[in-house]
Amino acid sequence: MNNKLYGNLIFELSRPGCRGFHLPNNPFGKHPIANELKRGSDAQLPECDEVTVVRHYTNHSGNNFGVDNGFYPLGSCTMKYNPVINEEVAAMPAFANLHPAQPADTCQGALAALYGLQKALSEISGLHEFTLNPFAGAQGELTGLMIIRAYHQANNDTKRTKVIVPDSAHGTNPASAAVCGLDVVEVKSTPEGTVDTEHLKQLLGDDVAAMMMTNPNTLGLFEKDIPAITKMVHDCGGLMYYDGANLNPLLGECRPGDMGFDVMHINLHKTFSTPHGGGGPGAGPVGVRKGLEQFLPSPHVVRKGERYEIVENPFGFAPDAPTMNLGTFFGNFAVLMRAYTYILTLGKENLKNVGKLATLNANYIKEALKDVYDLPIEGLCKHEFVFDGLKNKDTGIRTMDVAKALLDYGYHAPTIYFPLLFHEAMMIEPTEAESKATIDGFIEVMRLIANDAEHNPQRLKDAPLNTPVGRVDDVLAAKHPITTYKQSIDEQV
Amino acid sequence: MQYKFFPHTEEDIKLMLDKIGVPSLDALFAEVPEEIRFRRDYDLPSAKSEIEIRNLFGNLGKQNKQLTVFAGGGVYDHYTPSIVPYIVSRSEFLTSYTPYQAEISQGTLHYIFEFQSMMAELTGLPIANASMYDGSTATAEAAIMAVASGKKANKVLVSETVDDKILAVIRTYTHFQNVQIEVVPAEDGATSRTAMQEKLQQGGVAGMIVQQPNKYGIIENYDGFADDCHQQKALFVMNSVAADLALLKSPGELGADIAVGDGQSLGLPMQFGGPSVGYLCCTEKLMRKMPGRIVGQTKDNRGQRAFVLTLQAREQHIRREKATSNICSNQSLMALWVTIYLSVMGKEGLKEAAQMSVDGAHYLYEKLIHSGKFKPAFNQPFFNEFCVKYVGGNLDQLQQRLLDNGILGGIKMADDMLMLAVTEKRTKEEVDLLVSLVTQ
Repeated sequence: MNNKLYGNLIFELSRPGCRGFHLPNNPFGKHPIANELKRGSDAQLPECDEVTVVRHYTNHSGNNFGVDNGFYPLGSCTMKYNPVINEEVAAMPAFANLHPAQPADTCQGALAALYGLQKALSEISGLHEFTLNPFAGAQGELTGLMIIRAYHQANNDTKRTKVIVPDSAHGTNPASAAVCGLDVVEVKSTPEGTVDTEHLKQLLGDDVAAMMMTNPNTLGLFEKDIPAITKMVHDCGGLMYYDGANLNPLLGECRPGDMGFDVMHINLHKTFSTPHGGGGPGAGPVGVRKGLEQFLPSPHVVRKGERYEIVENPFGFAPDAPTMNLGTFFGNFAVLMRAYTYILTLGKENLKNVGKLATLNANYIKEALKDVYDLPIEGLCKHEFVFDGLKNKDTGIRTMDVAKALLDYGYHAPTIYFPLLFHEAMMIEPTEAESKATIDGFIEVMRLIANDAEHNPQRLKDAPLNTPVGRVDDVLAAKHPITTYKQSIDEQV
Repeated sequence: MQYKFFPHTEEDIKLMLDKIGVPSLDALFAEVPEEIRFRRDYDLPSAKSEIEIRNLFGNLGKQNKQLTVFAGGGVYDHYTPSIVPYIVSRSEFLTSYTPYQAEISQGTLHYIFEFQSMMAELTGLPIANASMYDGSTATAEAAIMAVASGKKANKVLVSETVDDKILAVIRTYTHFQNVQIEVVPAEDGATSRTAMQEKLQQGGVAGMIVQQPNKYGIIENYDGFADDCHQQKALFVMNSVAADLALLKSPGELGADIAVGDGQSLGLPMQFGGPSVGYLCCTEKLMRKMPGRIVGQTKDNRGQRAFVLTLQAREQHIRREKATSNICSNQSLMALWVTIYLSVMGKEGLKEAAQMSVDGAHYLYEKLIHSGKFKPAFNQPFFNEFCVKYVGGNLDQLQQRLLDNGILGGIKMADDMLMLAVTEKRTKEEVDLLVSLVTQ
């Protein structure tokens, strides 16, 4: 570890009596809480001086790896550069100090930004109206599916409880459907890696609520039959849901609305560059085709003349549709501000080139490595592609070993063991933000690793050696869970 | 194509296209049917320089009014130590993702483990997850967790004193899940224990949800509630304002099975309501029913202590259509914020800030009642937020007068009922100004 001197857990640096804060003198007099309402013993939080806290977390940041540290080809996560100006705008006191209960007249600037983002996302996606409230992509999926269910219920079409999901789908798709009380049916992929339309035909019927797809799919392949698929699903009365996790390559090229999708979510932390923050906060705005807007959640920002207003039931809910609230306010507002800054910064001239360059980078890596890594499906990919491990299957080196070896060379690993279609999946997404030089460096290292797999496999099995910790024991963690400091102390006694 | 976020030169693009074996960038999309290609420019504004962006958002910012905040309702204007945003903005934290590769993510994994430890301490329950989106969704997930743990019980009771906005989220999350929500009435602003007992005795109840302090700012006495629930095999779920747990009887001490709530009160900026962070803690018995990510302690192959994402068999990406929660990414960076806040405020600081907020609120309350323009709305103890009835005229006009003087004067709860909140940030001058404006 990089921070032995300052300890590994803040609790271990705690010294009774130390303090890292001072408050003003209390001018309000004493108003103690009645004993029967007070806690019996204090929460055992650390007691540290300010310097100790600063050094502890600064040193821990050194044990982390972010996009600002280096190439982060984590497939399906779109780890593109997060422009610093986004941070500056989000932190402006004029926005950061707003209380959500402020009357609309006192927050017109914030409402104008939210409205502007709603409209920009509509234009980029080809859908009619957006809610910005969902906190994350997964919550966006849930929102979208609830909108679809509410729509069918409003039409008294209550037998539609089936959702069709490709076998290559993100894990959140079936989970969101299940949480929305829908039954998941998997549609198979063809050997070419796209949806098997013949199998799809067999699944369609008057019990289908929707089909969820991401396009390009999780193999990075464009589902070129999409016009036919959306028509088939619409003809049977179902709606099409677009999982926007893979929207990045379509910027400037193609819009989900034009493909025939009715409802979608966008992961702003992917396509629109808001920082991933170690696992959130993200944002998952949801867009709908005209005719579905009455099912959008509350609250919602609308423009009336020159003024922006907050409305509760945006367009008047259908009589028996549920009121939908996904959180108490406007979602992850400061994340939304970052995404809006990104869109306005790039503008129409540059947004349209994002998809092309992301696609260029992915195809270039694929072509440069397919002689040593196993490319199960030939042809053009979009923003990402999947290798099924090394081409040479006799080395005993697995995708896990390749991933860990990459860490030693200063790269983040690709997404591994997903999608589930291949046993040794390695999903690589470079994004448009990486230069040819960066990518060439990565290619060179991937070739070195492939070479080591044949000639020096032990080196890969031992990797990583240059990281703060070596390979961690997941089995021990799960078999004998220690999830708090108190448990780890009790363990030692 | 030259742009500051696109590092490709024209020559790079040509060399790369040659390697791929396609003649142009457009040819990379050859398989996309022409009928669905987007062949025009986006109807969006032109690109802007940083100077223009600063001007644009600076001007938008001027259309927001900076107010002295005496409103709460779940979002409080607490003090943020300067080191918190400073460290949180370090890009090794900011620009990383979910710590899938533990060997280069120990920074994130450590702070999540610390966050879990701190939340467990505050709530008095042994297990915490790596965070939820916010307090309302954490509460909804707790309702679903209760149903998933109960044997054929599908009813969840929610006290009338739980924030209406949280109740709306619970209703949304459970709407399509065959969960029945029943509201337990209140008397004088506090949950009626007898009403709860009656509903419990009807059977089929998986859980009972209460809030502390409740939607009126009242500190309710929940002694005995957990026993009532457990006698009927229902879980007792408590939603608490995180910072207030520094002083209040903890959910663990009250026998709660699940503790949830919002962490905004732990030094997070108000940010128009988000991002915040939710917490969810539970008993060891319920650990494997818990949604979201959990970090656990383990060892690496060099014998060092290390941390790793664990118990993933509970999660959506493994369970897929068998999942009871679909949460994937959470609010990790805000969990870091809270963790640093709690580290620097520490055991004593959190108590002092909470007590000062309580003292400020009681000072204001006494001044308002003393003026004769306000009457008590309830006869109940409160924390740093309270309701009063305005008997001095029209409440809308009063709130507008405050706004005109740069003060966000509470939240209107009814035609004549106002809810005001005070934090340790409010000075005596600010409180006295508020008093003079509302009693004139």
